[in-house]
Amino acid sequence: MTQSSLPLPQIRALGETRRQDAWWVQPLLVFLGFSAFIVYSTWAAFQANHYWFAGGGANYLSPFYSPEIFGTSPHALFGPKPDWLPWPSFIPFSPAFLILWAPGGFRFTCYYYRGAYYKAFWGDPFNCAVGEPGFRGKNYRGEHKFPLILQNVHRYFFYIAALFIVLLSYDAVISYIWTTPDGGKTFGIGVGTLVLTVNPILLGAYTFGCHSLRHLIGGKHDCISSCSAARQSAYGCVSALNRRHMLWAWLSLFWVGFTDVYVRLCSMGVITDLRII
Amino acid sequence: MPPVTFRISRGDKTSTEFREYTTEAGEGMVVLDCVHQIQSESAPDLACRWNCKAGKCGSCSAEINGQPRLMCMTRMDMIDTSQPVTIEPLKSFPLIRDLVTDVSWNYRVKKSIKPFKPRKPDAPDGTWRMQQKDVDRVQEFRKCIECFLCQDVCHVLRDHHKHPEFAGPRHFVYTAALEMHPLDTEDRLGQMKHEGGIGYCNITKCCTKVCPEHITITDNAIIPLKERVVDEFYDPLTRLFRMFKPKK
Ligand code: SF4
Ligand code: SF4
Ligand code: FES
Ligand code: FES
Repeated sequence: MTQSSLPLPQIRALGETRRQDAWWVQPLLVFLGFSAFIVYSTWAAFQANHYWFAGGGANYLSPFYSPEIFGTSPHALFGPKPDWLPWPSFIPFSPAFLILWAPGGFRFTCYYYRGAYYKAFWGDPFNCAVGEPGFRGKNYRGEHKFPLILQNVHRYFFYIAALFIVLLSYDAVISYIWTTPDGGKTFGIGVGTLVLTVNPILLGAYTFGCHSLRHLIGGKHDCISSCSAARQSAYGCVSALNRRHMLWAWLSLFWVGFTDVYVRLCSMGVITDLRII
Repeated sequence: MPPVTFRISRGDKTSTEFREYTTEAGEGMVVLDCVHQIQSESAPDLACRWNCKAGKCGSCSAEINGQPRLMCMTRMDMIDTSQPVTIEPLKSFPLIRDLVTDVSWNYRVKKSIKPFKPRKPDAPDGTWRMQQKDVDRVQEFRKCIECFLCQDVCHVLRDHHKHPEFAGPRHFVYTAALEMHPLDTEDRLGQMKHEGGIGYCNITKCCTKVCPEHITITDNAIIPLKERVVDEFYDPLTRLFRMFKPKK
């Protein structure tokens, strides 16, 4: 920030460090965890199949396919894919592709995930006080310049993600409404209902601990005491969730994937959904 | 305790090398005690900076087994002494000699940040009124002891040598303390975006991990500042709203 040039010590080479602990374990676990999720969710999105379950009167929809804007399941909001919707012929149509960009973009631009994948996927740095790949050197751009400056769009993804919490809560609520053999409706709880209920709770704890929300809801004010009581307590709640943002990020990531696995396996008939009530 | 071997970096900016020293580490000793003992037993010319021995002056920063730490707050029973313990100077600043680096760049950066500019006094006697909850937030930042461990570990300085374009985590903490102060009226966001290069920070949180005062540097200072920068420079909606808001 001051212009004089300093005679600085030589920069360390890739992976060079005097640390004696297993510094590579953490980035490796993050790398494996994220990769597993990306591979599974992409595969699941391509399936366009087995994403909902109605066996025994259940009413489950996988979160990877919710909201189902166009599709063939009873959950589809506007019926099957219309002809006017352009779609490349080399990929099969899947309702998941219409929506997954939103939660995907939200997580990709999340402050926690950014820090984590810059380390695990970019090696920028692999871990604290460990030498980086040499090619970046002084040409390092960080989030100061294009393309990563675009990460600043995060708050807009938050607005959409908040809407998804509403939609996934709706899916959880309707999973308590079961269809009787004669076509009527009844209250019921299956294991899948619980899985679908935990999902928006964990996603909510993650989404409402967002740093952008923390800023917008109160952090931007220097005198929070002059804000309304409701705003003050909202700021307190968001800050409390924010302190565990990493934990919620991982729990919700795992659970949303697990929910899809559960609905898929039920739908494929691999497992039977246990009805509790 | 059996004798402990230390590998201490010796030399100046022209060349450095590790030299081994063995000394007895008694109960309750910290790394700085061992360095002093080595000075009195076998290396009277070993240069090291220290002052309070209580983790409050921020002078004795070094890298112990590769981890940026205060030597006076690193107890010998916290580290593995079965192999030689390495002690090196900070990597992000010019070396003067042995364990002593020239950290004056930090003082120049701090001076260049716009100073505190309070609003007009609230009372005729020239005093102000503040709510405790409004000052609570900046209180955390004021614990900083300027040890510059965060500056040392930050890869933007350490591995990319962005000193001319980047203020570093210590100065984001300092700026956050001013910017979020309930009385302050100055605007430093442009300064942080341009000269301070806050965008270079890629929120990898190494600064937070090493801070001996446990300041939540990244989550409470840097990210909130980044969000304020987004408000002022990137978010089209907040810019639009600002046009219609009455000026203060
Ligand atoms: S979080 Fe930002 S300021 Fe802190 S060490 Fe990482 S890049 Fe540097
Ligand atoms: S913020 Fe923490 S690590 Fe950085 S200079 Fe201050 S006390 Fe040291
Ligand atoms: S910062 Fe993680 S969701 Fe916004
Ligand atoms: S000697 Fe003062 S902080 Fe270590």
